[in-house]
Amino acid sequence: MTSQSIAAPALQVQALEKSFQEVHVLRGVDFDVARGSIFALLGSNGAGKTTVVRILSTLLKADAGMATVAGFDVLTQSASVRESISLTGQFAAVDEILTGRENLALMARLRHQKVAGRIADDLLARFQLSDAGGRRVATYSGGMRRRLDIAMSLIGNPPVIFLDEPTTGLDPQSRLEVWSCIRELAGQGTTVLLTTQYLDEAEQLADRIAILHEGTIIANGTLAELKRLLPPVEIQYVEKQPSLEDVFLAVVGAGNSST
Amino acid sequence: MASHFVGDTALLTGRSLRHIARSPDTIITTTLMPIAFMLLFVYVFGGSIDAGSDAYVNYLLPGILVITIASSISYTAFRLFMDKKSGIFERFQSMPISRSSVLWAHVLTSVVATLISIVVVVLVALLMGFRSAAGVLAWLEIAGILMLFTLALTWLAVVAGLAAKTVDGASAFSYPLILLPFVSSAFVLTETMPGPVRAFAENQPVTPIVNSLRDLLTQQAVSADIWIALAWCLGILVVGIAVATSTYHRRNA
Repeated sequence: MTSQSIAAPALQVQALEKSFQEVHVLRGVDFDVARGSIFALLGSNGAGKTTVVRILSTLLKADAGMATVAGFDVLTQSASVRESISLTGQFAAVDEILTGRENLALMARLRHQKVAGRIADDLLARFQLSDAGGRRVATYSGGMRRRLDIAMSLIGNPPVIFLDEPTTGLDPQSRLEVWSCIRELAGQGTTVLLTTQYLDEAEQLADRIAILHEGTIIANGTLAELKRLLPPVEIQYVEKQPSLEDVFLAVVGAGNSST
Repeated sequence: MASHFVGDTALLTGRSLRHIARSPDTIITTTLMPIAFMLLFVYVFGGSIDAGSDAYVNYLLPGILVITIASSISYTAFRLFMDKKSGIFERFQSMPISRSSVLWAHVLTSVVATLISIVVVVLVALLMGFRSAAGVLAWLEIAGILMLFTLALTWLAVVAGLAAKTVDGASAFSYPLILLPFVSSAFVLTETMPGPVRAFAENQPVTPIVNSLRDLLTQQAVSADIWIALAWCLGILVVGIAVATSTYHRRNA
């Protein structure tokens, strides 16, 4: 951990600006993300989270400012950036007409991996999709699509992974599955930039959290640091009621494997 | 990344060809309209059309093939639009693969799909009594012209697919292309048309293309029409590629 933290950051973003016609979406965004950490970009809808991710993944050019990914400039070394990243967008970008296995094998071949078939089978097993691997993705549930989507992003072991609202629209069970796979990724040293509008998601997963609001980062720190921004906690005694999520997960009997 | 262009294009073309193989209805649909026109014109209107040819189907087929191409490429725009909408387009663009491969894969798939449609339509025409004594060389020339026209229109379809905001918009652009042969020498002789219509018919791309195909099929000496036809095809192709490429790059600005 110490050797990683002295290394250069996996992501460096400085004074990033972007406008769409009249709308000034990003007004000078700055943040660094340490290698091997999970960084959550928190913000409401339309705050510009996706715009940041699209700029970092070379899909969009910033109007001003600079950004590097794995040490490469997104503007001048975009090909090297694309070698180092993988993007899981807001909507599961999977090929519905192909089977799950074919989707994975296609990604493996496009990333010039030698044993595409074996990589596909391994990932299917790892994401509990082995039984569905031969079925067309059009028949998959939302959670299965998302898992396949993330599995496709892991091919070639890119050092940096962008996950744009990875659990939006998922049921609580699938959400926990996605969370555990994100934790596993970071455990292996992959840097994860995660955008989310769910506060508990950032709280659960992230090493550091940045809040993007009206085009700038208004807070950036660990969960403990962010909590210190508020006045000291006033201690109250409240009867602990199970939340509906606790009830739901207890009744359907899931979550135990993932948490 | 240029070194990966061929391999990446082949992989992505394989992917979209698999789409076609799994939903062959897209090819059947594209051949339905040209076949319907062919039936309608040969068996309903054909009796009262004097095109100065032995069998009307022989006169008609070149125009029907042009309609087949126009109808087939509307699916190219559709497929491209669906890729864009599903997000898989962005996934490919964020990967270390040659960016132009993504477009070329759709272009090559379009050519293959159109070729299959053309074969289907020609087979139906044969059943309806179409005959040609054209030799191998003439057929190769016919195939070359059809291929070039397909490529040219495909790049227009790429522009439509990239620029479209809705599915309907992506495929609707081909309607004028499907109707263009009606105001040409495809169905009737242009000499029978009133002045301005005739002027349009004789100076639009379909007429020289249809005339060249007809000359080749009926083993007549090919007139200057073939050069005009090739010039139109190449012109549309160059403009199509230029506009498509700039539209493609503008998306990332």
